[in-house]
Amino acid sequence: MSVVLITGVSRFLGGRLAAQLAADPAVERVIGVDTVPPSSADGALLGRTEFIRADIRNPLIAKVMDQARVRVVVHAALMASPRAVGSRVAMQEMNVIGTMQLLAACQKSDAIERVVLRSTTAVYGCGPGDPAVFTEDMHPHGGPQTGYAKDAVEVEGYVRGFARRRPDVDVSVLRTANVIGPTIDNALTRYLRMPVVPTSLGFDPRLQLLHESDAVEVLRLATVSHRPGVVNVAGAGVVPLSQIVRKAARIRVPVPAQALGLVGAVVRNSGVVDVTAEESGFLNYGRVVDTTRLHTAFGYRPRYTTNEAVESYLAAQRPGPRAVLTGVGIASRVLESRHEQRTLTRSGTS
Amino acid sequence: MEEARVIPLFAPPRAVLPAELELEPVAPRTWEQRAADTLTFLSRRLRGDYSVDEYGFDADLTQHAVLPVFRPLYEKWFRVEVNGIENIPDTGGALLVANHAGGLWALDAAMTAVAVHVEHPAGRYLRMLGADLLFALPGVGTLARKTGSTLACADDAERLLAAGELVGVWPEGFKGIGKPFRERYKLQRFGRGGFVHAAIKSGVPIIPVSIVGAEEIHPVLGNAKTLARLFNLPYFPITPTFPWLGPLGLIPLPSKWYLEFGAPIHTESFPADAADDAAVVFDLADRVRETIQNTLYRLLVQRSSVWR
Repeated sequence: MSVVLITGVSRFLGGRLAAQLAADPAVERVIGVDTVPPSSADGALLGRTEFIRADIRNPLIAKVMDQARVRVVVHAALMASPRAVGSRVAMQEMNVIGTMQLLAACQKSDAIERVVLRSTTAVYGCGPGDPAVFTEDMHPHGGPQTGYAKDAVEVEGYVRGFARRRPDVDVSVLRTANVIGPTIDNALTRYLRMPVVPTSLGFDPRLQLLHESDAVEVLRLATVSHRPGVVNVAGAGVVPLSQIVRKAARIRVPVPAQALGLVGAVVRNSGVVDVTAEESGFLNYGRVVDTTRLHTAFGYRPRYTTNEAVESYLAAQRPGPRAVLTGVGIASRVLESRHEQRTLTRSGTS
Repeated sequence: MEEARVIPLFAPPRAVLPAELELEPVAPRTWEQRAADTLTFLSRRLRGDYSVDEYGFDADLTQHAVLPVFRPLYEKWFRVEVNGIENIPDTGGALLVANHAGGLWALDAAMTAVAVHVEHPAGRYLRMLGADLLFALPGVGTLARKTGSTLACADDAERLLAAGELVGVWPEGFKGIGKPFRERYKLQRFGRGGFVHAAIKSGVPIIPVSIVGAEEIHPVLGNAKTLARLFNLPYFPITPTFPWLGPLGLIPLPSKWYLEFGAPIHTESFPADAADDAAVVFDLADRVRETIQNTLYRLLVQRSSVWR
């Protein structure tokens, strides 16, 4: 019936989406595009997905779309950090110019029916002057000025432009919150896996997360059914960073906000985590979005709340040391039993 | 004098029932039990076994760690006397609008929140709206969010009211905190009346709150404008003790406080589009301001001394 083209197929969400679609008999062909081949483990999941190793800026994409009569394009290739491509300039080139080329190919296609963009809630920015909860219609305070978030704002702009020029094509923009789960490997999970977690001194960001399985499911629903529009995608509820670190039994090391960028740079250069300047803003304030539209207009309720997503992630991790906690637990139980004994003896004597 | 006699008649009849129910003989809590409670709280914190809402409000922390610090200040230091608590509904949204005291830190907001939680039979939490500067400050801003504050903007106010929360605003804002001692209890301009807009749009009552006593705790003698510019603050207050005594200068003077929750001003009767009618909004904001100002004058005349 339908032919689906997925960009960023060697990455987590694109790969899992391709695997699901490949298992769906209603989908005729699944074509995956990425600049690097999927890892062998991920490759095994992809099933009958056809892989094209190409840059989306390559004119080859337009040719493939034309020849395969691609009906649905899922753009899940936006890069959050320059780690994979080496520099911020190269990252912006891939994100923004890549999207423009992809949309140009879509524009020319007469078979295309649907475009799905995996965007991010980072488009709202984060700061002390921003409302506590962002809805889809809010125009962010100043808006993000740097990095991934800026790219995402520009990409969304081009996608809006495309939707205006091709009103016959359904356009879904999914603004996903930070994804977490037992198998995904991203900046957030790498950050939380550090034995000592540097946080911003005097700040405790409110985090709202999305479980990896919910992220894949929302992408799949937008791909196989008619669900146009811009929608925030996130689990219910909020968990502060300090609470996640406590649940993970990691050691939190508050660092002055000005130094966090420096710590981030050191950590980044060691290749473990990307704590860039914009993420240090995120590490001060966090970000929470309204998901009413996801529940009503889009018609999906994430199976995991933010808290459950964190628990699901932690269940797959090795637990940290809990010596202090055990001490506190024992002391409180001893005191409680002493109190019970005392009330018992008192009621016995009276 | 007549009004002074009227006040005790306001005593809430419905507040009596739950209080009586609680009066059943309770064994005095032993130190072991209290210590065990504290340790249970600690272990809950260490395990991360608590929840916060989307604004970052941490009821567990507020109840078990912050309130025990502010309660002695409320009961023993300021000896806050509360009137008209029955004007706050048991359920549903309402907008509390209060005068802001000049001073170093917004203790009047903290004490109002304690009063609402401690004195109201339903033990409600006050969700305070603060300026963006507050949330940009490390430590203070985070504590403000954890104890129920959020940014003073239409989006947050309307969202909280729609969820049936009690929202507290101090429309004088920094103009209020920065006002000098000689202008105490003289209400500053009420901004653009954004709070009225939010109340009409949400169809919730406005409850005027008058706070007497708070404007004597830190007599602001002057404003060091150069220092304010240096630290990027809206004002830098100079009091007899601050900044001369350093952190000790932050200690408030032990004035006697009176807190009066006035009769609710209902907004349900306004048509929905009245929220966008500047004339209606300014008119209502003025009415609220005058109500608070007149109550302040009455309370000031009634009190015998600043300290007792």
